[in-house]
Amino acid sequence: MECVRMIASPRYSEKRVGYLGAMMLLDEKQDASLLITNSIKNDLSNSNQYIQSLALCTLACMGSAEMCRDLAPEIDRLLRASNSYIKKKAALCAVHIVRKVHDLGELFTKAARSLLTEKNHGVVHGAVVLITELCERNSETLERFRKTVPDLVQIMKGLVISGYSPDHDVAGISDPFLQVRILRLLRILGRNNEAASDAMNDLLAQVATNTDSTKTVGNAVLYETVLTVLDIKSESGLRVLAVNILGRFLLNNDRNIRYIAMTSLQKIVGTDHNAVQRHRGTIVDCLKDQDASVKRRALELSLALVSASNIRSMMKELLSFLSSCPPELRSQTASGIFNAAERYAPSQRWHIDTILHVLTTAGGDVRDETVPNLIQLITNTSELHCYTVHKLYRALLSDISQQPLVQVACWCIGEYGDLLLTGECQETEPVQVTEDYVLDVLETVLQSHMSSPSTRGFALTATMKLSTRITENVDRIRSIVSIYGSCIDVELQQRRSPLWRIYCFSLDFKLKLILDQSNKLT
Amino acid sequence: MNNVATLESAHDPAVSESTGILRLQGLITGLQGFIWAAYKMMRFLLLFSRQGKLRLQKWFTPLTDREKKKVIRDMMMLVLARPPRSCNFLQWRDLKIVYKRYASLYFCAGLEDKDNELLALEVLHRYVELLDKYFGNVCELDIIFNFEKAYFILDEFLMGGEILETSKLAVGVSMEEADTLQETMEEYMSKPAY
Repeated sequence: MECVRMIASPRYSEKRVGYLGAMMLLDEKQDASLLITNSIKNDLSNSNQYIQSLALCTLACMGSAEMCRDLAPEIDRLLRASNSYIKKKAALCAVHIVRKVHDLGELFTKAARSLLTEKNHGVVHGAVVLITELCERNSETLERFRKTVPDLVQIMKGLVISGYSPDHDVAGISDPFLQVRILRLLRILGRNNEAASDAMNDLLAQVATNTDSTKTVGNAVLYETVLTVLDIKSESGLRVLAVNILGRFLLNNDRNIRYIAMTSLQKIVGTDHNAVQRHRGTIVDCLKDQDASVKRRALELSLALVSASNIRSMMKELLSFLSSCPPELRSQTASGIFNAAERYAPSQRWHIDTILHVLTTAGGDVRDETVPNLIQLITNTSELHCYTVHKLYRALLSDISQQPLVQVACWCIGEYGDLLLTGECQETEPVQVTEDYVLDVLETVLQSHMSSPSTRGFALTATMKLSTRITENVDRIRSIVSIYGSCIDVELQQRRSPLWRIYCFSLDFKLKLILDQSNKLT
Repeated sequence: MNNVATLESAHDPAVSESTGILRLQGLITGLQGFIWAAYKMMRFLLLFSRQGKLRLQKWFTPLTDREKKKVIRDMMMLVLARPPRSCNFLQWRDLKIVYKRYASLYFCAGLEDKDNELLALEVLHRYVELLDKYFGNVCELDIIFNFEKAYFILDEFLMGGEILETSKLAVGVSMEEADTLQETMEEYMSKPAY
């Protein structure tokens, strides 16, 4: 309320503070904001430009839809007939109005067009922003404004080749803010339109080659140019130039530049896949960067670049990344690796090895469907059953904390335990495994506090399945099962009871059949 | 006294201070409560110290107080945790965050996906230059005790999330004239009326 009072005061100092308070404390949803609409209206027609500017600023900051509708004609008037100080503010105020009330865009179209011809950079900048806003909202307006492409090209050329202007210069680039804005507008106008894209080809090539890229500001302009080139219907030479600039960015020492290079490459990896592939080496190197943001970008891009031809080398890199990556990226990496392995695995054995490697390194971060998927995969690879069960057994010996790994291992042992016990396997070195060892391992899993209930379920089922495959330690199996039969866990009990009853009938053949069937249910 | 006189020398691309690009995509949901905002250059600009004290906040989107507090908390948490020499850009929810440290103050801006992160760095730098020119070797205390001037300068430079004036000199001139106007009016009004 104090703000409202101060705004209404005739003194400039009070108005200034009052408007500041309004912008900071009020927003359009509060009722108090309506009270200042009248003050704003009056101040917009004040003879003093600074008072007018206060009103414009506040309107652009927190003007509600009703206020905007109310005052739009005023703003339009100011856009046409005032000094450049007010014009530029009115332009951005108009932008706010258009964002709030889309239909009012029509009102400002004519004025926006004429503002482009002004000399004052602030006004031109405001005009460009306004035109951008109008074009984004309405495709008819977009069509109309395509005619301005030559004018925009002219303005850009003026900026790029003009001499040093102390007013707007930033590290040798003349008004980079305006340049970037114009480039963005050109992008919108040239999208999906051959004629417009042709008209700006030369200019874009000129900007891309002449802009000094030693400082951030030059790179900002180059970045915008590259984005524009890649988005419009540019000729192939220009596209190659743009991708090369991104490639140069990738080699830059500055992390920020590498980050945005990867962000841009991500956008075009679908369309210009080969061009991006050329930079695969650098991108993979960025996986080893210290910075978390850069790592994230590198990971996404690397996963997009995996293909049948580079799967082995890429997977090596990705797996080593997995072992050292920050925890928040682990699950993304794991699922990315699984997807890639599924699509491009050169051999079954490689596929299984890769999955096992992921499970041992980051078992806690994989998704739930990994376990059944892996079981499915193993079942289908009958020639590798022996190899798989040996590997899993060894993995289980060393570490039983990674739940998905333990679950798959238990299932495998239950299923192919006989292959494990015969001891012979062509693919790996033979290992002496007795029935006792196998049961030891399963018992350890059952007893361990690290095992989740579902893991225990797997282990118990495996133990019971083994009763058909081993001969000597049947009693031991019986005792294990009976212990866990009285276990509090309901599911475990459930699992145990029906199989226990079947077991007690001790008809091997029948058991085997039924166990095989229940196996498919797990 | 935190002397931000090193503001200019601290801006060195090779040093790579962290800047986060925050891109806010508002969705009207009861839970989050962020408003769907149109495409703007900047959604907000925050200045805070290393100790987590907020010195300036400019919001270019309507948000409730609760939402603002949440954003401020998250920004401070994310930005202050970044090691030095990291990348200046971050991803937070859907937002791009650009942040840069100038001596004891962090300048943190929230941007949209479409926006040019490198240019945002330049915008932050330009604002610091404007402050420096106005206050003469600006330091954090200047901004604490003259925060309204910092806002006025910001309002001459940015409006509605977009750049208003690209010339350094023009902003300086406007501020001078506005200040003179303020004094003149005060003198005029405080003259005794006989």
